[in-house]
Amino acid sequence: MAKLNVNGRVIEFEVEDDTPLLWALREQLGLTGTKYGCGVAQCGACTVHVDGAAVRSCSMPVSAFDETQKIVTIEGLSPDSSHPIQQAWLALDVPQCGFCQSGMIMAAAALLAATPRPTEAQIREEVTNICRCGTYNRVIAGIQRAAGVSTAG
Amino acid sequence: MNAITPRRRQFLAGASAALGAFTLGFRIPLAGEAAAQSAPATPEVNAWVVVKPDETVIIRIARSEMGQGTLTGLAQLVAEELDCDWAKVTTEYPTPGQNLARGRIWGNMSTGGSRGVRESNEYVRKGGAAARMMLVQAAANQWGVPAGECRVAAGVITHAPSGRTTTYGAVAEAAGKLPVPTDVALKDPKDWKIAGRPVPRLDTAAKLNGSQVYGIDLKLPGMLNAAIQACPVFGGKLRNVDSAAAEAMPGVKRVLRVGDDAVAVVADTWWRAKTALEAVKIEWDAGENAAASSAAFKEVLKAALDASQAAVGNRAGDAAAAIAAAPRKFEAVYYYPHQNHACMEVMNATAVWTPERCEVWTPTQNGEAAHAAAAEAAGLPPARCEIYKIHLGGGFGRRGAVHDWVRQVVLIARQMPGTPIKLIWSREEDMLQGRYHPVTMCKLSAGLDAQGNLTGLHMRIAGQSIVAGIFPQNIRDGRDPVVFQGLNAGGGEAEIGYGIPNLLIDHAMRNPHVPPGFWRGVNLNQNTIYLECFMDELAHLVGKDPLEFRRGLMANHPKHLAVLNAVAERVGWGTPPAPVDGQPVFRGLAQTHGFGSYVAACAEVSVSDGGELKIHRIVAATDPGHAVNPQQIAAQVEGSFVYGLSAALHGECTVKDGRIEQTNFDNYQVLRMDEMPKVETILAPSGGFWGGVGEPTIAVAAPAVLNAIFAATGKRVRELPLKNTSLRRG
Repeated sequence: MAKLNVNGRVIEFEVEDDTPLLWALREQLGLTGTKYGCGVAQCGACTVHVDGAAVRSCSMPVSAFDETQKIVTIEGLSPDSSHPIQQAWLALDVPQCGFCQSGMIMAAAALLAATPRPTEAQIREEVTNICRCGTYNRVIAGIQRAAGVSTAG
Repeated sequence: MNAITPRRRQFLAGASAALGAFTLGFRIPLAGEAAAQSAPATPEVNAWVVVKPDETVIIRIARSEMGQGTLTGLAQLVAEELDCDWAKVTTEYPTPGQNLARGRIWGNMSTGGSRGVRESNEYVRKGGAAARMMLVQAAANQWGVPAGECRVAAGVITHAPSGRTTTYGAVAEAAGKLPVPTDVALKDPKDWKIAGRPVPRLDTAAKLNGSQVYGIDLKLPGMLNAAIQACPVFGGKLRNVDSAAAEAMPGVKRVLRVGDDAVAVVADTWWRAKTALEAVKIEWDAGENAAASSAAFKEVLKAALDASQAAVGNRAGDAAAAIAAAPRKFEAVYYYPHQNHACMEVMNATAVWTPERCEVWTPTQNGEAAHAAAAEAAGLPPARCEIYKIHLGGGFGRRGAVHDWVRQVVLIARQMPGTPIKLIWSREEDMLQGRYHPVTMCKLSAGLDAQGNLTGLHMRIAGQSIVAGIFPQNIRDGRDPVVFQGLNAGGGEAEIGYGIPNLLIDHAMRNPHVPPGFWRGVNLNQNTIYLECFMDELAHLVGKDPLEFRRGLMANHPKHLAVLNAVAERVGWGTPPAPVDGQPVFRGLAQTHGFGSYVAACAEVSVSDGGELKIHRIVAATDPGHAVNPQQIAAQVEGSFVYGLSAALHGECTVKDGRIEQTNFDNYQVLRMDEMPKVETILAPSGGFWGGVGEPTIAVAAPAVLNAIFAATGKRVRELPLKNTSLRRG
């Protein structure tokens, strides 16, 4: 049994305690925007926010959470894709295949929340998610655009 | 912004707002429903175009979208000739079953080799033009005027003499009843208004909020989930399976043998299936490859460098004699290892099997090949099978020629008739059961005259043939026609860019037990590293500038030379680059021709005393003949560098005890943002041909960087990946 606060709602559901948060979100709650990529916290496709911080949900069991922690998934980041990161992504056509982008957007949004005007070096250091299509340069430009800092290249 | 919902339009019903989640209400067509199911709700104008009464234009896309933007590019080409309102365009995938039933009216569905636009541009444009002619004719018929007096703009048809107007949506149904014209003229690309423009992709919005449905996200009513493990030694079989413990675990429905080499657990959720799979005791018969290793196979490749038998790919003059007679000789051996595609979305598919019908939902680069694989595994005729394509979470060649995961899901579903089964591979399974970039070694031998001119070159490639592994029927007299990509004498697809008076390029095929696959860039990757690094070696050997040395051999290859000159001009070749953070910066060049496009790159790197490499910038030029969407071409060039540099810097799948050693992204590192160079794309379409853009530039990234590393350090890296070589000074 787990009791989680997800996207502003407290939900109680049956699940083994050691089930990773990722799979509880995807399979018990139907929130499939959060992706499985590696299962070992390497790629970041499963990134969600827990109390505003980026967390790789594939490697955290649901038992590590209770209803006092606010979990936000890509579906709950904004009601209408209006988050500045989502808007910047739309303007710059950031995604290619898009599979890593839920995690990339959540990582970028968490970075901006903690560091509203990140330098390019900070972006490169902080966002360690893997994208195999190679959207990295547009991700950097998208974060800078969302932050309102000039884009250099 | 256009919403884009290929297939989902037909198969997705209500989106629940609960939690921001959605439930997918897929209709599973039952036996005998195939015809009804393939009949569109709105009549089509022709195979490529449907216009709904509300003016929505649905453009059918036969190729698969996997991030490369072909969905948008092909839609641009159809819309250009259709003269519709681009803002009203949406797209859908016709199914392989429909293609089969309609005599392949949509042509080849294969999406690889950067051929989406380059091979189908003419017939999709004709599809759009024919639909425009039919729509105009329908309006003219209604008005009783000659079609030639009518004009079209953005989906509005005007008869100027009488001042009447109508719209595509109003006449589409009548147009669909007209004969499809066969004599169709196409626009001159200089008159394009939609094609050739950097329009935004059609599929971005759904990729920003989690609503894009990938194969891994599918949910069918009553669906169960499967996890699988195949024998980690390629060619090995199941000997014994003890499933007692797994069967007692929560949610587990069945533990099944899949063919003779894999075990699957079917459970209510995938996480439970995967957990239970780890509790299955499997005894493997590893077979004859139990002791195979990369180290042992390397010795096989080394021996093949001097083997007397080899298939000739390109020959001019007498290379052996020229090298023997040359006053100066030089030789070098290079090595390129196995790579895994490592698509972000692991292999997956969902299948329902009954004795009458089999249906599969899967991300695939080749719907027709997936269809054939499903039919074979289902034991049913193709007409009783169907594939529903889903946007891919990466393809890169893994999801094209071989559909091993489709075979598996159907073999599982056959054992549970009527129950939808979703099979998802773990990342570990994806890493161990890949279809790997071929392993090769290459010995280059050169003869140079007293002035430092290259008079003879022998390039002996030893190693794996993708074609022998996947399409052995295409091997003729021991010759793999694809293995010489970028080195061919002609053909317009992948030609060597140098005129070398005495030249021999040959291939001694040696195939390990590791199954090969087409891997983004294919054989152009290693061939370009081999040739372009060796050219750089020769230039330095004779004390010539690497650009001038190349130019001296390129007089008869003006298109190769033009892209090389373009990057040299952009970076200011010959003038020293500015230092970055106190570190001097060095440059390296590379050029090639592949997938029909001419490409060149200049990399700028620095290497610290401690050996830390920084790739600051890569300037790349592409001549694809015609450019359909410049901003997407730039995205492809940037992305190709991530793929090519991941391989060059980190990528390596090694074999020990018959199995691949790399299991996940912790021991198979790929390029991340901290290593990503700035990329400047020069797009220089010269017209007159159609080249691909998804792959060619991959091939120039690694050699340009390796040549820049030599300029910086004097160290010549001939064995990849780079991580195995220290760049530390001294």
